[in-house]
Amino acid sequence: MSLNTQTISSLREQLIAGDISPADILDSLAENISNSDVGAYLGHDLDFAKHEATSVDLTKPLGGIPIGIKDNINVNGQPCSCASSFLENAYSAPYDATVIRKLREAGAIPFGRMNMDEFAMGSTTENSALGKTVNPHDACRAPGGSSGGSAAAVASNTAIATLGSDTGGSIRQPASHCGVVGLKPSYGRISRYGLVAFASSLDQIGPLTRSVEDAALVLNVIAGHDPADSTSLKQDVPDFTEGLSDGIQGMKLGLPKEYFGDGIHPAVREKIDHTVKGLNAAGAEIVEISLPHTEYAVATYYILATAEASSNLSRFDGIRYGNRVDKPDDVLDLYRRSRAQGFGPEVKRRIILGTYVLSSGYYDAYYNRAQKVRTLIRHDFLDAYKKVDAIISPVSPNAAPLLGADKDNPLQQYLADIYTISANIAGICGISVPCGAITSETGSNLPVGLQILGPSMGEQSLLRIARAAELIQQS
Amino acid sequence: MNKEQIDVRYVANLARMDLSEEECTIFQGQLNAILGYIEKLQDVDIEGIDPTAHNSPVFAGLREDTSRPALNQDDLLRNAPESALGQIRVPKVVDA
Repeated sequence: MSLNTQTISSLREQLIAGDISPADILDSLAENISNSDVGAYLGHDLDFAKHEATSVDLTKPLGGIPIGIKDNINVNGQPCSCASSFLENAYSAPYDATVIRKLREAGAIPFGRMNMDEFAMGSTTENSALGKTVNPHDACRAPGGSSGGSAAAVASNTAIATLGSDTGGSIRQPASHCGVVGLKPSYGRISRYGLVAFASSLDQIGPLTRSVEDAALVLNVIAGHDPADSTSLKQDVPDFTEGLSDGIQGMKLGLPKEYFGDGIHPAVREKIDHTVKGLNAAGAEIVEISLPHTEYAVATYYILATAEASSNLSRFDGIRYGNRVDKPDDVLDLYRRSRAQGFGPEVKRRIILGTYVLSSGYYDAYYNRAQKVRTLIRHDFLDAYKKVDAIISPVSPNAAPLLGADKDNPLQQYLADIYTISANIAGICGISVPCGAITSETGSNLPVGLQILGPSMGEQSLLRIARAAELIQQS
Repeated sequence: MNKEQIDVRYVANLARMDLSEEECTIFQGQLNAILGYIEKLQDVDIEGIDPTAHNSPVFAGLREDTSRPALNQDDLLRNAPESALGQIRVPKVVDA
């Protein structure tokens, strides 16, 4: 089996045994990247990575493993474009994000900048201003988003594992559409220092991998409190691989009735149902639960996230970094035209909506109200976790959409976030695990992901259930 | 509350962002549709509910007031569109 198709754990065995070198893995990836039409990468520096590989400590937990990095995470000395014209050729990271520092301390080699929707705003990666990424299973379809490059690279064997970011589903949904594992840790589990902020109360970095075990291995390394991120929690980081295959005997899994209505594509539903039966057969009790405020989640999210984004993106003013317009009349003209020329339409839409809901006269009716509905959504989950250990649902009502679908209808795109979005609102952890494939109307095989949602800081048990779902899929 | 129409040009001005005529027209329609959808939040009973600003139970941990290494000036100026004398150059802000 060639190196680019293997898991972290398999490669680690061979690295420790001296059978392969980190350079061998990098070469295998580089060869496949140059042959690939998927377009997952915005850039990759093989020479730099191979140089870094010469001094890597193979006794460290991820020693010698290359990890692709979504291009909204700062990697010292490399461009960090957020897939935006605003930062294209106009910003190189002057520091390592904490997750990058941690990866390096664990012997991993950051390799490659992964394509994404601009500033993480989107669900198909089509909002990238700098490149096109297609779904490896069907080149007419999107890989999902906003971490589409991260998911597509693992799925197309052009990366071993990658980091993405998830604000409303942006790790889990592309993972589902591409057929890989995608984990959104609990809010506060991973430092956001060095992640270009979209919505600061919703963003989390997480791994996209070939296996549940690989996700646990990466989580072990990147999790933990960071003094540079005051929203990171002080909870200890357990070994997430411990007890991973212990099984789910006696666990209670909740199916929210609001998530299993008419909107799901029947073939997707069939795959979910099949896996739920398998989880039941593996010893878990399936319980129907209710998350009563589900219907308000998308509306709540698109007020809170856009409001936070409008604030976070005000730093892109053309003063300290980024592309500045030529010959501005004055400072105001500099701001207005730099932002006009630098941002794509979806980014502009969200900045306008976010500014509006925060503006005088509207703050109470929209933003303040949405924050209160957020409390109700949080409570829905807290109540549910008194009855069940985890919640099971689809990741997306449909499999990967055709490129260009709903291009002019942003609202339609937003509505498809219904299953993933509440996890960010409530700050809980969630994972997408492949659970089969369906045949599209154009005849291609499209992956379907099963979503498992756990309580905040509940990743150990979440990963155990994910492992059980993975075993059902492999049998 | 009545169904609101967003004044796209006014709000874009608040956000210090120019928009073309075409963008204004397209965004007007799209944002009105989104706002129409968001109206459903008005149906929720929020009596006595506190707002949630963020999810981690962390409250303003302060650190010791000691200096520690930070990024240096050269690293930061590297990204500046225009710089001189160790500073970022900008158009004149104040009329002398």
